[in-house]
Amino acid sequence: MTSPSITASGAKARASSLGFPLILLICVVGSAVLYFALSQLDSSYAFLAAYTVLQFVALATAWNILGGYAGYVNFGVAAFFATGVYTSVIVYKTVQWPLLVTIPIAAVAAGLLGLGMGYLTLRLRGVFFSIATLALAVVLNTIVVNWSFVGGSRGVYVMRPQEIILFSSYERYLFVVMLVLAIGSVLIARAIENSWLGRGLAALKDDEMAAECAGVPSLRMKLIATTISGALLGAAGAPFPFFVTYVDPPTAFSLSIAVNAIAMPLIGGTATWLGPVIGALLLGTFQQIATVTISSALNLLIVGVVLVVFITVAPNGIIGFVKDLREKRR
Amino acid sequence: MSNAPVLTSRGLTKRFGGFVALKEIDFALAGGERVGLIGPNGSGKSTFVNCLTGALQPEEGEVTFKGVDITRMAAWQRARLGLARSFQIPRPFRGLTVRENIEVPLAFVSGLSSQAELEAKADETLERVGLLAKSASSPKNLSQVELRKLELGRALAAQPEVLIADEAMAGLSDSEVDEILELLMQLNAKGIGIILIEHIMRAVMRFSQRVVVIVAGSKIADGDPQDVMQHPEVVRAYLGQ
Amino acid sequence: MTFSLDLFSNAIVSGILLGGFYCAIAVGITIVFGMLDIVNIAHPAFIMTGGFIAYFANTQFGIDPLAACAIAMIPAYYVGRLLYRFYNVAFEKRGEESLQGLAFFFGLLFIIEVALLLIFGVDYRFVEASYIGPTIEVGFISIPWRLLIPLVVGLGLVLVIMAFLSRTFIGKAILAVSQDPLALRLVGGSPVKVKEVAFGLSIATAILAGALLIIIQPIEPSFGRDFIGRVFCITVLGGMTSLPGTIVASMILGVSESLTSTFLGPSWSPAIAFGLLLITLAVRPVGIFGR
Repeated sequence: MTSPSITASGAKARASSLGFPLILLICVVGSAVLYFALSQLDSSYAFLAAYTVLQFVALATAWNILGGYAGYVNFGVAAFFATGVYTSVIVYKTVQWPLLVTIPIAAVAAGLLGLGMGYLTLRLRGVFFSIATLALAVVLNTIVVNWSFVGGSRGVYVMRPQEIILFSSYERYLFVVMLVLAIGSVLIARAIENSWLGRGLAALKDDEMAAECAGVPSLRMKLIATTISGALLGAAGAPFPFFVTYVDPPTAFSLSIAVNAIAMPLIGGTATWLGPVIGALLLGTFQQIATVTISSALNLLIVGVVLVVFITVAPNGIIGFVKDLREKRR
Repeated sequence: MSNAPVLTSRGLTKRFGGFVALKEIDFALAGGERVGLIGPNGSGKSTFVNCLTGALQPEEGEVTFKGVDITRMAAWQRARLGLARSFQIPRPFRGLTVRENIEVPLAFVSGLSSQAELEAKADETLERVGLLAKSASSPKNLSQVELRKLELGRALAAQPEVLIADEAMAGLSDSEVDEILELLMQLNAKGIGIILIEHIMRAVMRFSQRVVVIVAGSKIADGDPQDVMQHPEVVRAYLGQ
Repeated sequence: MTFSLDLFSNAIVSGILLGGFYCAIAVGITIVFGMLDIVNIAHPAFIMTGGFIAYFANTQFGIDPLAACAIAMIPAYYVGRLLYRFYNVAFEKRGEESLQGLAFFFGLLFIIEVALLLIFGVDYRFVEASYIGPTIEVGFISIPWRLLIPLVVGLGLVLVIMAFLSRTFIGKAILAVSQDPLALRLVGGSPVKVKEVAFGLSIATAILAGALLIIIQPIEPSFGRDFIGRVFCITVLGGMTSLPGTIVASMILGVSESLTSTFLGPSWSPAIAFGLLLITLAVRPVGIFGR
């Protein structure tokens, strides 16, 4: 057992044999530590900043389920995110159900959007799917701008509930909600990776026809991945109106969301669940720190440049880069 | 071994725009039979294979497999029925290891789900094609002949009743050709019907019980290898090259 | 809004005028994406760059926007060639164009947009020229010069490119590669070289289209995004490789948008291109002129 790949697959086998309860325990303990660390800072800003970073973890992970595992590039992250955001706004303006009920509804709405988009374009070459998603954000934006019930182009104010059980402030509550969403997304991504779905996606990513001939129902698998990915993107958008309290189309369809959700997995590495997490934590934290000192436009420019540099120099992201280094050293 | 046809085509016609790539091909493969499919480059052999396996949809005609009409079936459904193919240019899943490549059809066609079972079965298949030593490497590090073996291994893992080997020996040395040929013979001995598409006439003649010739999209000969080689149109098509 | 004949005819006429402009924005994508399979989604960013070049030259030096961009087409051509060469080495050769290559153009789109934003700000910018403002009246139909000129230039551009592709050696090579990438290699030509020239040409057309855009309306950097749906809609609807198809598809899009804008309100028109694109992809992916 000297070959690096044997040890790598051995490690993978061991990791997957770790068992779900243990992983859940690690997540819970980690979350608790993070929560109390942030509480020590004693400012609502810490929680808000952490929320934004976690939102990116959720978005990057969700994007990667289709983009990284299946190799289908979704440029319409903002469209799915905004579907979650505006589902939440609609629920708020009509039945006023609590956020925890709204999130699954938003997930279903965005999941169906993904399924529909996929059904129309996933039979064709991947690039058509990408182009269609790129335009999807524009069309949903247009619909929202023209829909005065959800605020139209003027936007809409959302009042946070006065108090929330168990939490001393609504910021803290939102933080915990997003933490759960982010961890949930990562766990789902990880489960997919180790399942028949992940195996099939990996095969069709490399060669769709060869995968079909090996019995992989590629269209069905792509549709499942698009639906799950879309649903998770939508779920991550649902708490957003309560986070910003004022939503208008430019914030919901923000360019920053689209570019970050794509840049983060590509920078971290798209092959495994860990890549988007690393990318999101690095890039997300950087932006939280940088917005204090530089303009948000310059901030985005940096993200764009980092993305282009990374995909050129390290096409397999940080994880791929580290792996290559290790193999060279042997 | 039964002699009833497993795989048939009737009146199979494929057009690309105005170009007729296949013209009313009738074909039948009996269970466990070894058929050589030959023809000059661009004669329509690969198009024929693609129509049989579901990579292309024919405009007219029908394809049946084990008595089922599979003309409109997706490629993955045909694979699950027991129709496997290897590709002319090896098409491994480059992001997966050799063993994982084999695990794909094992999981999706044979329906294995436990990882231990998958690995055991994959190793068994790899041993059969002589790639066990490479099971953990990436297809990027395989030689031509090893890639060909991986192609065959992946097709085998689907436990097919019929295997279509599309130029499985192109670009190999004489001894490597013999190696692949030997492997195909072994598979056939286990009851797998094989269609061999090949340019290497020595291999075709040694392997085939029957030879089918396609020229310019039409089947011009079908029968005993020796007879077919004497066929005037075959001689013309081959010498004219 | 009630239906009236002169409103309807005016909408059709301005739709056709708009369609002429759309020829100019889409022709580059038809060459590069339709014919040569390079998915340059950053194309609209180059159109915006052209618009701002026209703006800068016009406000700083009083140069006519069209003249400014006509000159800028030359350096743009070389920038395009360099860009393709980079893309080829970094992605195509490694076989990574489908994921990383696409993300590269996306990043580029984004960088250009933010850079324009940092340089020119979010305000609407416009140019001055004698032909912006006056209108020709024919009966109850009015034809503004600021739309007529883009029509003439847009159609002219496509015609020139058609002549280029059918008459010149390199043009014929582009067509050959679009039909069969291997064919050219067999006769000893290099598809990479051909693609490089085509890409340069495509960027040059984008710059000229930018001048037309700022003649038609004031611009701001984020406008580019609205054109992504349009350029790809036109190329796909027109059948990917067909330049006459590009003209017809541009006209269809222009007229549809103009009718929508007249009878439903201008805020709906960005959705039209997407709708047409999705319908085309779902119903007839080979487009009108596709085989």
